[in-house]
Amino acid sequence: MQILCAGNLYAQSATNKATTDTVKKVALKEVAIHAERLSSRNTSASPVQILKGAELEKLNSLSVADAIRFFSGVQIKDYGGVGGLKTINVRSLGTNHTAVFYDGIEFGNSQNGQVDLGKFSLDNIGEIDLYSAQKSTIFQPAKGFSAGSSIYLTAKMPSFDDGRSNGKVSFKAGSFGLLNPSIFWQYKLSDKIYSTFSSEIIHADGRYKFRYTNGVYDTTAVRHNGDIDAQRIEAGLNGKLKDTSTFAVKGYLYNSNRGLPAAIVNNKFDSKQREWDRNEFVQASYNKAFNPRYSLQLNAKYSDDYTHYFDPEITNLRGLLDDKYYEHEFYFSVANRYHINHWWDVAASADYQRNTLDALQNDTAQYRFVRPVRNTFLAVLATSVHFDRFNAQASLLGTFVNDTVDTLVAAGKKKEYTPALLLSWQPIENSPVRIRGFYKSIFRLPTFNDLYFTFIGNALLRPEFAKQYDLGFTYSKSHPDNVLAFYAVQIDGYYNQVRDKIVAIPGQNLDRWTMYNLGKVHIKGLEVNAQATWLLPASIVLNTGISYTYQNAKDVTDVTDFNYNQQIPYTPVNSGSLLVNAERGRFSVNYSFIYTGERYNEKANIPENYMQPWYTHDAGVTYTANWDKHKIKLTGEVSNLANQRYDVILNFPMPGRNYRFTISSTF
Amino acid sequence: MKNTKITIYLFAGCLLLAISSCRKDEKPIPEVVSTLTTPDPTATVKGFYLLNEGNMNSNKASLDYLDYTTGQYHKNIYNQLNPEITKGLGDVGNDIGIYGSKVYVVVNVSNKVEVLDKKSGKRITQINIANCRYVTFHNGKVYVSAYLGTVGDPKAPNGAVDEIDTTSFAITRKVTVGRQPEEMAIVGEKLYVANSGGYSPPNYERTVSVIDLASFTEMKRIDVAINLDRLKADKYGDIYVTSRGDYYTIPSKLFVIDTNTDTVKKEFDFGVSNLWIDDDTAYMYSYEFSYITGKNITTYTMLNVKDETVINSKFITDGTETQIKVPYGIAVNPVTKEVLVTDAKDYVTPGTLYCFSPSGKKEWSVTTGDIPGHFAFAY
Repeated sequence: MQILCAGNLYAQSATNKATTDTVKKVALKEVAIHAERLSSRNTSASPVQILKGAELEKLNSLSVADAIRFFSGVQIKDYGGVGGLKTINVRSLGTNHTAVFYDGIEFGNSQNGQVDLGKFSLDNIGEIDLYSAQKSTIFQPAKGFSAGSSIYLTAKMPSFDDGRSNGKVSFKAGSFGLLNPSIFWQYKLSDKIYSTFSSEIIHADGRYKFRYTNGVYDTTAVRHNGDIDAQRIEAGLNGKLKDTSTFAVKGYLYNSNRGLPAAIVNNKFDSKQREWDRNEFVQASYNKAFNPRYSLQLNAKYSDDYTHYFDPEITNLRGLLDDKYYEHEFYFSVANRYHINHWWDVAASADYQRNTLDALQNDTAQYRFVRPVRNTFLAVLATSVHFDRFNAQASLLGTFVNDTVDTLVAAGKKKEYTPALLLSWQPIENSPVRIRGFYKSIFRLPTFNDLYFTFIGNALLRPEFAKQYDLGFTYSKSHPDNVLAFYAVQIDGYYNQVRDKIVAIPGQNLDRWTMYNLGKVHIKGLEVNAQATWLLPASIVLNTGISYTYQNAKDVTDVTDFNYNQQIPYTPVNSGSLLVNAERGRFSVNYSFIYTGERYNEKANIPENYMQPWYTHDAGVTYTANWDKHKIKLTGEVSNLANQRYDVILNFPMPGRNYRFTISSTF
Repeated sequence: MKNTKITIYLFAGCLLLAISSCRKDEKPIPEVVSTLTTPDPTATVKGFYLLNEGNMNSNKASLDYLDYTTGQYHKNIYNQLNPEITKGLGDVGNDIGIYGSKVYVVVNVSNKVEVLDKKSGKRITQINIANCRYVTFHNGKVYVSAYLGTVGDPKAPNGAVDEIDTTSFAITRKVTVGRQPEEMAIVGEKLYVANSGGYSPPNYERTVSVIDLASFTEMKRIDVAINLDRLKADKYGDIYVTSRGDYYTIPSKLFVIDTNTDTVKKEFDFGVSNLWIDDDTAYMYSYEFSYITGKNITTYTMLNVKDETVINSKFITDGTETQIKVPYGIAVNPVTKEVLVTDAKDYVTPGTLYCFSPSGKKEWSVTTGDIPGHFAFAY
């Protein structure tokens, strides 16, 4: 589904003067589409936040990580710059509790359990959904039930308005020496099959000014060694077969070379560490509805991940420190759904995954390096009931894992059963008020690094468990004749408990850490999201979105701890964002604001660990024009307008004011 | 409808207004003062500095000072005394020593030795040495060990000891030693340094390098055991050196070297993580962590350094040792014989400093910075 902007229609009928009626019709259509798009935010039994289509394009964002900052309940860990690592933490459960799905199949990392969202450029992403608990459908791979929260990234879908081919070429340039050409092309091979191709190159020197002050000293310097060179190629085939079954196949290759700027500490601002990554995968999906009652979904994936880390500041007997790791993953899933009757469905899914980690050359952990093989089997039994005004889903996930190793101790077998229950209820007929809630018990497995990394790993680690409770309320209203043509609100209160949290503690000797199940965290939170569309005079359509998050996340591990019942690190009590977009004719203006409240960078909530609140204002303008049959877009963006100097992570400074220009053309 | 619109505008407006005024001006972090003991204006030992390492990359190396003359403990004095120094004391304070009227703080990741005035705590200068580890003094010179003599040369895995002049603060001489040298001690005109080889496990170093101070060359190496760390001299010409083992099958041990023959003369079959020699006694502790039980096994021992025998005494006698999670630093007041022990807890929480009377009873305890570990007494 494509969002039609008022600007588009204007451009196509440029020679005709639009009447007020046409404008209104367009605006109404926009509102209706908006309403339809937002409805899943309101009707979904699990809280979901969506950024999609034109709204996603208008954000001052280069990568998925930049875009996700605007969601409620999300804390981003950003190490700065175009190439800097960016991971997210949803509802304070911890980074490893969030699964990332790319076109329905999980994109993971068994070595450290973290997905760098900075790697996913928005260039070919059509939709980003963030679900708390799980996606509210029982017909999905078992993986879909296996994380505390899930991000679904969906590639852009084609719209072949006329002709067989649909493409876009674009070029971005801006601060940090950014040069980013990209191409996106879809070709209709036949009535039922189309192919997709997208590719991009990112180059940035990564240099930006940063500033530190304590009120007495005031230093400005330039961030070095933050350069990045990355390439991405994706190709895919989507189609429908004669028996109405559908399939999708995708190949993906990502390659990068980047510098790793270190923490800025006294007397040492620069570093020379470097990292190379190469990731390639092939994934395929197949969907078939055999008869009105039974449907089948198959998914498969094979992926390779190569990481190369170089640290010239450490010299060992082999030379300068150089690590090379290889990960391989194979995944296969079968999901079945059966309609028992018009209000009752059952589903059963089974997933198998095999992960291996190898190191051909390894200095950091060569000694006693373990080459694990993990076989994971997930099975889900789920059922859903749906009536006019009430729907509920219940699922039980069985997880069976077996680790084997070539040397030393394996983590061995693990077996867990975890349930989830999702409810959504519209109490009053014909009133758009809905109440929803969920309970979910889930865990995350220790990663290969947690278990096996030399000196630090602990093969006896247990999974880290999270229990989530949520109760929420949603409301929406359309008044196409009013200025405030549409608004919707979603409010959720939640309570999460994390136990057996995997943390690093002083280990076998005083110079090392070791991983241990030690932490306990209780999290109470509130998320408020509201969206509105205004139809202003002079044919301006204004879309706004506001989000606010309150998080009270306390460490309750041990009553004798110094920080017992204090806020856990890097978790602000208050945070929020505001998105405003105004469109008129060919112009679209964007303003966004993010606020992250004060927080502490270590466990103890003391002045030495205090970090100031930070907030940034971003703005952008887009102009759309038609030339021949091409739609040309020019965009100018300014981020961090007020040039605020801040760190998300202590000693990793973020850029001040920065700019980006984009020119794109469809073909 | 109008009301809803107005309400929403008002809400957004208030929000922006409230938020826009909420970043406070930065200020240097002030010290925290607490009274711990009765003031003793005539004390011979005027006070001591405690160096808190701070976790790597946090840039939280900090300095505390207990002033015996006022009985007050000053936590985190550096920022208040030297607010103009960009980014403060630095990242990972690894060692501290007092020589003459100056305090020398070795800040490992910040690649420097910070020089302060002993009386005021004000900074005098810094000496840039990459990957510096420990400091010792002799005859108007400062000696600093560094993990790597040259950084960035794949063919140069060895460490070095730098000699610095105390008036010019320039590095006058440098000698290459074993890989990743740690603590040093000077006996007579020889400097002994423990080599760990910690960058290349399991190929640890096994030796103590012996350096002739006159020529500043490495005369010989004494073969001891793998992964050497602490090195302390007693007043009888002996050196006590600890081996950390390989953390798995080779246990940690304590060795004694006779500097007259430069050979190992005694070996103790128990591990020692840290020790402090005062007069005829070595005060020691050992920390070992067990994955199986998830608990640490900490032992406290005393040794007679005159005849190298274990003393059947304890320096903590009231059960306080059960409260200490991870002992990290130990020192003994040379005059009062009070024993100071620090607890680094989980490395990411403020530590605790305990003071025990000569009979082993806890006199006071105080919260310190992160990873308290190194002491220097000021006369």
